[in-house]
Amino acid sequence: MTAPAIELKGISKSFGPVHANKDIDLRVMPGTIHGIIGENGAGKSTLMSILYGFYKADRGQIYIRGDKTEIADSQAAIRAGIGMVFQHFKLVQNFTVLENIVLGAEEGAFLRQSLARARTLLKELSEEYELHVDPDAKIEDLGVGMQQRVEILKALYRRAEILILDEPTGVLTPSEADHLFRILEGLKREGKTVILITHKLREIMEVTDTISVMRRGEMTATVNTADTSPEELAELMVGRKVLLRVDKTPSKPGEVVADVKNLRVVDSDKVERLRGISLQVRRGEILGIAGVAGNGQSELLQVLGGMQDATGEVRINGEPIDLTGTKSDARTRRARGIGHVPEDRHHEGLILNFHAWENVAFGYHHAPEYNSGPLMDNRAIRQDAEAKIAKFDVRPANCWLEAKSFSGGNQQKIVIARELEREPDLLLVGQPTRGVDIGAIEFIHEQIVALRDQGKAVLLVSVELDEIMSLSDRIAVMFDGRIMGERLPSETNERELGLLMAGITDTDREHSVAEIEANLAHVAGKVV
Amino acid sequence: MSYADIIQILDSSIRLGTPLLLACLAGLYSERSGVFDIGLEGKMLVAAFFSAAVAAITGSVWIGLLAGVAASVVFAMIHGLASITFRGDQLISGVAINFLAAGMTVLIAQDWFSQGSRTPSLSGDARFSSIDLPFADALSGVPILGPLYSEALSGHTILVYVALLAVPATWYVLFRTRFGLRLRAVGENPGAVDTAGISVTRLRYSAVLICGILCGLAGAYLSTGLAAGFTKDMTAGRGFIALAALIFAKWRPWYALFACLLFGLLQAISNRYSTLDLGIFEIPNAFVLALPYILTVVILAGFVGRAIPPRAGGEPYVKER
Repeated sequence: MTAPAIELKGISKSFGPVHANKDIDLRVMPGTIHGIIGENGAGKSTLMSILYGFYKADRGQIYIRGDKTEIADSQAAIRAGIGMVFQHFKLVQNFTVLENIVLGAEEGAFLRQSLARARTLLKELSEEYELHVDPDAKIEDLGVGMQQRVEILKALYRRAEILILDEPTGVLTPSEADHLFRILEGLKREGKTVILITHKLREIMEVTDTISVMRRGEMTATVNTADTSPEELAELMVGRKVLLRVDKTPSKPGEVVADVKNLRVVDSDKVERLRGISLQVRRGEILGIAGVAGNGQSELLQVLGGMQDATGEVRINGEPIDLTGTKSDARTRRARGIGHVPEDRHHEGLILNFHAWENVAFGYHHAPEYNSGPLMDNRAIRQDAEAKIAKFDVRPANCWLEAKSFSGGNQQKIVIARELEREPDLLLVGQPTRGVDIGAIEFIHEQIVALRDQGKAVLLVSVELDEIMSLSDRIAVMFDGRIMGERLPSETNERELGLLMAGITDTDREHSVAEIEANLAHVAGKVV
Repeated sequence: MSYADIIQILDSSIRLGTPLLLACLAGLYSERSGVFDIGLEGKMLVAAFFSAAVAAITGSVWIGLLAGVAASVVFAMIHGLASITFRGDQLISGVAINFLAAGMTVLIAQDWFSQGSRTPSLSGDARFSSIDLPFADALSGVPILGPLYSEALSGHTILVYVALLAVPATWYVLFRTRFGLRLRAVGENPGAVDTAGISVTRLRYSAVLICGILCGLAGAYLSTGLAAGFTKDMTAGRGFIALAALIFAKWRPWYALFACLLFGLLQAISNRYSTLDLGIFEIPNAFVLALPYILTVVILAGFVGRAIPPRAGGEPYVKER
């Protein structure tokens, strides 16, 4: 029997009182794709950081191809043949592809030979694994899919036999993700070992041979992919049965709540971020905006939420609202019945150093019930906050805790509680479940659907296509500041939406990955 | 204005531009590695004092130079310790170094020499003497170019030529060597360097060390080349002008040369002419003297277009989870 490519025995790691990894055992056989799945904070990334020499385990041993190995730093991990593709790429933006690949693996003190040698080797690698990139392109001009390919090439250039990918599909369109999976299959055929860390059930079922599940710092199970199902994995991750589909009745759209015409935004660099957006959201429906991050969705939410000026026309319940000037602010929007769950919870949704009860009142702190005369009625606010925290099952149910000490899911519940309890006519929701645990996702989705069923309009922006597909009653796809098309969820599929997200409208035809990437790279240069 | 005047102005532009250039290149190494350094001024000042003081005591400018560089390196290491090892605020550390230098030099000068916070006037071997470039005499007769070579370019002290040679050397190191690649990378994205298995700390310390050495040369030149001894606050904001030049140059060595020569030129003009007669009206003396500083403000206010500093500049590196 061959030795496992990686074997971990009894790995433990604590950060202060937090047990990030508890007595972890893991065996990964060579030439396989092994998935590690778990909720946020389950300890997946910590474990992989230990393997890559970023952290030192408090206890436990690491065996690489049967040999006990000490991994004190990243250099040691690289020597042991481990390569890592981080969720946030570790690339120097204003360097060329070649310079990034050579960095840290130069031969000799002078660059000329190193770069020349890297160029030839890169060409061979590109052909062997079908990983084509232009070695002289600057990273900042490449799309994320291409940047990820550079990261993979970086690892291969260092002769990695074991490749760890941390949440690799978070930033990719479906077709790019599919292409990545084909690359991973190719690596596997060449005998490389791949470890894929993710929280997405669908993709882990699609490409892996075996799956390990982590929960609260512990390894709860290792199963063969062929013998399991998404439902079972979800249950293993969360520790209870989870409903993966959103349970909702068909929508009954009423009159138009939000009528948006020809919305345009030009940013401080004179780049047009919104190029004439027109859309309508009706009572009792959820309009989902799909798109790769950075194609104008954020600007759309910010304009409607009163955080950015724009030109064009927006009517709420038939009445126009100001898009510039002093009345174009979030307070006026809220008074007009627009609720906003912002995309960036930490910077726009909450003040992390403030207590939960204060965060429940923000944005509505002018409300008469929160004030008595010129003073704020803190007791009334706290009572109200306690009620909302209980109703939305925020855990721990302690309104004196600072917002930053809640988990991502519970932070989001605080924001959702604040906005939904005001029963806005139009709810703007950005990335409602980003960094949120599966259990909380289910709850948040239920709440959004419940608001819709009360006859309110919902505008949902998400980069998670699964979320858009399952929650929306109608889907609009944004690309480069424009709406590329509208579809009904029942009459479309991921492939078609993926092409629209890449700016390709003739979706009946077959399209090569190269074509899609060329389109995406076109906007990549503009994305901040 | 005759051609001889122009040559003279160019000659003093080079002399006055040299301390700026050395300090500017010093800042370039440090900031390219991601460590912002507003303490160039302070480092120049301690170097100026210690090189003059030690030269005065020993009578050898070379020992003085060594002492000046050593003092500047000590200050650079304090900045490194504060901003790299202890992840402190780089601006505050830089400000502290400037204050420390301003106070310390005056105090020690008074204690050692009792000459009103000055060092004794330097002469002979205690100062850098000018050197003539080869063929300077022979070529002086060639029209136009002759005087330019033999009078403006030739006849400076060795540190001027060191500064000028440091420009291509810096360019080569930065863009043609492994060290340069890593240095540029660590200032842009230390995470990329760290995951590639290279020590961010060691790289940044080496950059700060080079910065200290170059600032030391700049300070030593001020008190033993340009002037003949140390006087209180003799750097007169040159460290800050060098920083402005660095931004103006967009952190590039060749641009830094031209930026520093431009500032040198302005200083030369303001030293030479008490007023500037433009025909229509006369620019008063106070304004002429202030010209280099006004230009500094204008440049820092962003009139030069967008200068993008190294992305990770000013931020201590902390491994993320």
